[in-house]
Amino acid sequence: MADTMQFDLVSPERRLASVQAREVRIPGADGDLTAMPDHSPLITTLRPGILTVVTAEGMNDYAVIGGFAEISAAGASVLAERAMPKAEVKASDMDALIADATAEVAEAPAEGKDAANKLVADLQALKAALGL
Amino acid sequence: MPSLKDLKNRIGSVKSTRKITKAMQMVAAAKLRRAQEAAEAARPYAERMNAVMSSLAASVGGSDAAPRLLAGTGADQTHLLVVMTAERGLCGGFNSTIVRLARTKANDLLKQGKTVKILTVGKKGREQLKRDFAKYFVAHIDLSDVKKMGYDNAQGIARDLIHRFDHGEFDVATIFFNRFQSVISQVPTEQQVIPAKFDADAEEGASTLYDYEPSEEEILADLLPRGVATQVFTALLENAASEQGARMTAMDNATRNAGDMIDRLTIEYNRSRQAAITKELIEIISGAEAL
Repeated sequence: MADTMQFDLVSPERRLASVQAREVRIPGADGDLTAMPDHSPLITTLRPGILTVVTAEGMNDYAVIGGFAEISAAGASVLAERAMPKAEVKASDMDALIADATAEVAEAPAEGKDAANKLVADLQALKAALGL
Repeated sequence: MPSLKDLKNRIGSVKSTRKITKAMQMVAAAKLRRAQEAAEAARPYAERMNAVMSSLAASVGGSDAAPRLLAGTGADQTHLLVVMTAERGLCGGFNSTIVRLARTKANDLLKQGKTVKILTVGKKGREQLKRDFAKYFVAHIDLSDVKKMGYDNAQGIARDLIHRFDHGEFDVATIFFNRFQSVISQVPTEQQVIPAKFDADAEEGASTLYDYEPSEEEILADLLPRGVATQVFTALLENAASEQGARMTAMDNATRNAGDMIDRLTIEYNRSRQAAITKELIEIISGAEAL
């Protein structure tokens, strides 16, 4: 069994990571999951959260918001609408995002209320997890 | 015949024009490099997105559960044309080529009896379309104070489009922009974004059978707005690179023309100076001979 797999993390504006990873912990919409080499093919959407990449050299954390992950036996690629290394996230950015999401709750149609509320909660959880 | 003084002033003014166009060319070259890098950096995301979307769309598209953004409203009566141009001029044919393409399309649609709505992004396109199509304008998006085109801008535009679509303002949306090919060639392009269309050439992923979490339909519903935003973003970036490329070429030409003009004016200046000297000499000599 292969020891590592190709992992790519891309946002619309840049490619954040392209490394050989041992495992990747992904905050999936239906729950967290860990992708390792030879994982069965899976596509899942993401919730705002922290994505951890474990390579031979160590661990890297990224904050990701929105998007999806595509996992296959040979590798995993995560396309996040917003993604940045954990250290670069600023409290003010998070606050702005939370404010946006909160504003959207009010606009959301009745059947979308739950989803909009969940987004706010996820963002707040992410902010707390980042220690901001 | 202009006087010597006039010629001298003229040469001076053309020289300073040349300095300005030269500077603009160099600025455009620097900005072009940055715009190209940005377009380059956005490519992996857009490509993966497109691949996944097309395989998802292929598997869900046929069923009744397909979201409206993909399946459309079932009509194609009202067309929204999103015309993306630059905020500034002095970039050769860049703005006019987009406007020309949009105008042809609009006229075609009107001839077929369709309803046309126009949304402009960038000031120049609005100005050029105002004369013939002002009554079709529905909105304008101003990007003049955006320094660096970011995904947020694209997302804003995409949200606006989807919002209008959800409210039944149009059936089909098409974006018009210039695709960057090289510094001297930009191709005006029209691309339908709603109902979403994805290139089907990304078939390599289709052989793997993916599990979906949550269901395919839910993922598709979540990703479609993002897919639209990505397409808009790509268009914006291509446009930004094209604009700088077009400006660079235009300013290079202007600089060269100014140089030619200076040469011509200098020859004229020297000739008339020579003529004045000769005339003066003739006057002196014939005066002396008369004595």
